[in-house]
Amino acid sequence: MFSYVIRRFGSALPTLFIVITLSFFMIRLAPGGPFDLQRPLDPLIMQHLKHAYHFDEPLWKQYLLYLNNLAHFDLGPSFTRRDFSVLDLFRTGLPVSIELGGFALLIALVVGSILGAFAALKQNSWNDYGVVALATLGITIPTFVIAPLLSLVFGVMLDWLPAGGWGGGDFSHVILPVVTLALPQIGIIARLTRGATIEALRSNHVRTARAYGLPSFVVVGVHAMRAAILPVVSYLGPTAAALLTGSVVVETIFGVPGIGRYFVQGALGRDYTLVMGTVIVVAVFVIVFNLIVDILYALLDPRVRFD
Amino acid sequence: MSQSDPTIAEEGPAVTADATTGRSLWQDAWIRLRRNRAAVASAVVLLVFVVAGVFGPMVAPHPYDAIYTQYVRVPASLEAYPRADTIEPAFERALKRARVDVGKVTVDGSSVSAPISKDEKIDPRIVRYLDRSDIFHDATITDLNDAVTQGVMTAAVTRELFPFGTDANGRDLLSRILIGVRVSLAIGVLASFMSLVLGVGYGAVSGYLGGRVDDVMMRIIDILYSLPFIFFVILLVVFFGRNFVLIFIAIGCTEWLDMARIVRGQTLTLKRQEFVQAAEALGVGDMGVLKRHIIPNTLGPVMVFVTLLVPKAILLESLLSFLGLGVQEPMTSLGVLISEGAANMRSATWLLLFPAAALTIMLFALNFLGDGLRDALDPKDR
Amino acid sequence: MSENAKPILAVRGLDVRFETNDGPVQAVNGIDLDIMPGETVAVVGESGSGKSQTMMAIMGLLASNGRATGSAKYRDQELIGLGEKRLNRVRGAKMTMIFQEPMTSLDPLYRIGRQIAEPLVHHAGMGRSAARKRCIELLRLVGLPEPERRIDSFPHELSGGQRQRVMIAMALANDPDILIADEPTTALDVTIQAQILELLADLQKRLGMAIVFITHDLGVVRRFAERVYVMKLGDVVEEGRTAAIFDDPTHDYTRMLIKAEPSGSKPPVEESSPVLLEGKDVVVGFRQENAGWFSGSSEFRAVDGISLRLRRKQTIGVVGESGSGKSTLGRALLRLVHGRGTVRYGDRDISSLDKRGMRPLRKELQIVFQDPFGSLSPRMTVGQVITEGLLVHEPDLSRRERDKRAIDGLKDVGLDPAMRNRYPHEFSGGQRQRIAIARAVILKPKVMVLDEPTSALDRSVQKQIVELLRRLQEEHDLSYVFISHDLAVVRAMSDYILVMKDGKVVEEGVAERIFDHPEKEYTQALVQAAMDTDPITVSAAR
Repeated sequence: MFSYVIRRFGSALPTLFIVITLSFFMIRLAPGGPFDLQRPLDPLIMQHLKHAYHFDEPLWKQYLLYLNNLAHFDLGPSFTRRDFSVLDLFRTGLPVSIELGGFALLIALVVGSILGAFAALKQNSWNDYGVVALATLGITIPTFVIAPLLSLVFGVMLDWLPAGGWGGGDFSHVILPVVTLALPQIGIIARLTRGATIEALRSNHVRTARAYGLPSFVVVGVHAMRAAILPVVSYLGPTAAALLTGSVVVETIFGVPGIGRYFVQGALGRDYTLVMGTVIVVAVFVIVFNLIVDILYALLDPRVRFD
Repeated sequence: MSQSDPTIAEEGPAVTADATTGRSLWQDAWIRLRRNRAAVASAVVLLVFVVAGVFGPMVAPHPYDAIYTQYVRVPASLEAYPRADTIEPAFERALKRARVDVGKVTVDGSSVSAPISKDEKIDPRIVRYLDRSDIFHDATITDLNDAVTQGVMTAAVTRELFPFGTDANGRDLLSRILIGVRVSLAIGVLASFMSLVLGVGYGAVSGYLGGRVDDVMMRIIDILYSLPFIFFVILLVVFFGRNFVLIFIAIGCTEWLDMARIVRGQTLTLKRQEFVQAAEALGVGDMGVLKRHIIPNTLGPVMVFVTLLVPKAILLESLLSFLGLGVQEPMTSLGVLISEGAANMRSATWLLLFPAAALTIMLFALNFLGDGLRDALDPKDR
Repeated sequence: MSENAKPILAVRGLDVRFETNDGPVQAVNGIDLDIMPGETVAVVGESGSGKSQTMMAIMGLLASNGRATGSAKYRDQELIGLGEKRLNRVRGAKMTMIFQEPMTSLDPLYRIGRQIAEPLVHHAGMGRSAARKRCIELLRLVGLPEPERRIDSFPHELSGGQRQRVMIAMALANDPDILIADEPTTALDVTIQAQILELLADLQKRLGMAIVFITHDLGVVRRFAERVYVMKLGDVVEEGRTAAIFDDPTHDYTRMLIKAEPSGSKPPVEESSPVLLEGKDVVVGFRQENAGWFSGSSEFRAVDGISLRLRRKQTIGVVGESGSGKSTLGRALLRLVHGRGTVRYGDRDISSLDKRGMRPLRKELQIVFQDPFGSLSPRMTVGQVITEGLLVHEPDLSRRERDKRAIDGLKDVGLDPAMRNRYPHEFSGGQRQRIAIARAVILKPKVMVLDEPTSALDRSVQKQIVELLRRLQEEHDLSYVFISHDLAVVRAMSDYILVMKDGKVVEEGVAERIFDHPEKEYTQALVQAAMDTDPITVSAAR
């Protein structure tokens, strides 16, 4: 398995490299620059600034320079947040995003799979229809609707929880963002689990388990659920990566200091290094989680081999 | 077995009813879909939305970009504005600006009048102070005395109905939601169509050619997958500015990846089917196989996917608008409206609730219709 | 079995129906069955006879839209309508079942040892280690080699026959009174089939349980069962002792079934008959990626140097078990897969023709596939399906002329031409196979490769298709390459036989000689497994 992991990383590196290259040239070829957006600067100062950041050199040289810095784990300084390096920003923001995303993922996984399995066992009953309708609602209501609604109801009208802000990350400030992030995922996972469980319950090997008079908790819990969990596991890879790297909507509405905002802010402000940093972080998360999921999958399904 | 008896009863009555007319798989699916009450209800709701989006803005009582400065952020109400108790003060205020003294104001149905007086001559042009406001029109001065210092100012009250209230600029929310529905639906359909064309073309070519070409084409898809969607859209916006066409292109360009994968998978499966091999054994060429066998058989899953793509595209458009990257003022979309509503929700909840409800109901109906379509086209699920 | 013994399983007025979108479907119409202790009973019938659903109903395994009424008593315990908990005391312990699909009936995610142990743990209350010991015993009993090692295998690591042995081990775990075997050998190769049947007969002799055999295969019934129930469309139409039923069937349907065994033979063609299609040293290889980084790829030869000559009006039967390469050979002869070696058609070497070069020849070289459900495009009408070849080869035909050809084509294969506007899914398997044959014959071909054209069909339908193919051969002077694993059908169709194994020819010769005096051991085993009619039942002496 170890060599498999090494090999997977080996094959992921070219992808990462292409993504970095594409992103670098796309953002650099976009009109405008990090210093254009304020009042026009004195030409001399501008020249100094450009020189300091090597903007006066040919683009390919800057690209090589960036790669060189990257190889030394240096993501460069942020242009919009002058006093911070991109690495500093991630160091403070990433734990916040991971905390929120992690909680949301956990809740979604537990609640979603229980709801989905429940609906599948009661297929075509009102319980089932109810779960399906709720799950569809969870998928359809956009986060940017759920977030302000939750904030309005629980923060403003009922005044049970803070309507926004981070408050240093204490529990009460975490609840609403986490719920917002979790709701759509609960919907998706519930539907996925339901479908997979129904299919598993219909499979021949579950029929065998029933024919052999095994108690229903064994038939469902041991034979049906393990097969049903497989599609959920595959779904988790990209989802975990997306959740843990923060959500621009949730962070904007609740005022959470995560890294989800950096992407939009960085791109609009031509904060080249910040955008590149975000692209790299997201890509690495995607690669790592897909690998974790593949390993998990192979552990759950003996038909899958590590090669 | 003799030829004189051509209809042989083999294993049970597979062929029933009238033997001459067949029921194609499409007709079967249509019958199943009509039996699905949730899907039919969703289709009706969607039809209402489509009609509202297409014709709504034409028949709406207010233009979507008309600004009523007197009615900034008025709550939703089925009662027309102005309210009786606001007419008097408004009338007085307007006349005060005209620097005349106002007597007792009487409101009579849709007209309002009050005696006015002034130390000097009353300038007849002061009716403009009333006409200029949104509330009054056709102001006239009657019963002037000979010195032109006293008279009666009469004006008609303009009744304005804002069933969903108005926004922070005093624009009718209903009209704006109607135009928002139109924009959202248009972008949803256009973006889906675009990803349909791109995805089906790319996926069918990749799957049908197979081998090396397929490997390379799928590798490209993998790389595009790892580029974040927002990054791509922001760059497009940065390059070309914000406009309607660009947005659906951007969404179409990101959503075709899934479509390409689905179509490729379908094509690969179909290529192995015996009826495709049979066609090849008949000497049918590549084009014939694609036209008669591959494309008709991928149509079902593609249709289901497109139905589910439309709500996704709408959602993405709304997200972009919410982030301020969507259509530009005074044009609007549901995402823009929700974003404004979220900003004003403490003081004006209706600004959030109505657009949010409109978007949610529309997406919900689209999703349910897509589910129904999938069940109808692929009946093994139920 | 004494005459006044009490049946161990008594079914009275069992009714099974399914609620479907198109209304209720009656699968079983109030049937009666009795199973005596220790006897072997066969329930025989074709698809749609309700034989499997009867057993599913008794075992409480009907799909969720199915409902069973009536009575089925195990000893004195009513099973129909019994609650899950109480039913579970009987099924898996006293009544067990093995299924047709050895590939999917075991849970792919668990080791077989654990799966066999589950009934032991839950019914006999055995501890894990005791259950493991018993598992090894059981695996040895069913003849799985190296049981100590294989007990930790996953199902996908075993062959189909081995999996069926595992299923049997699981069925025997709690010393059942009744073992229900639902087409247990249908999905297996003939030689494996014979082994499994012998195993069951042997186990019954040693352990003395009753076996209920659900099958469509009269050969199995004749060799294996003491008593037979014949089912047709949900009714039991005849029952009795096996010998009596075979010697003197009283019901028309039973007679039809027995007669449906393909019969007849084809005399060899004359030596002077011209050679139409000739393959010489045909090799078809597939590239295999090897595991590991630097080991590269190797070639797997599905067809490994085969030569054959097909004369006018000749039928060459190609027989072999799954994986023998017989289908690939058929496709290689028609240049539908790429191979090496020479293929000559008439006096032309066609082995190096490209797609375009082959096109005019496709009219004369046709193929019919095995799966009558997969070989017809589901979105085209039957008329469109059978005239598709005309679009390529006679593009000048008007729509009206094509329609006329479709009518003639359907008549030719014995179908009502009025059906040409219907869609394939509205037809039965046999009708679909007729459509597939019409699609080939409409082009007036000279050579047809028939790739298992009868394997997916019921016996009585098989017989009709065999007769149709024979008639068409006569009327149109066709030459056939008939590929099948079913020796009975091959014997009825072919005058020359090629026996294949692992891509190579094991033995070839005139049909009569191959069947009556097979020389090679492998051929002997095949022929014996397929043609033997001697009973292998060794009934438990009472």
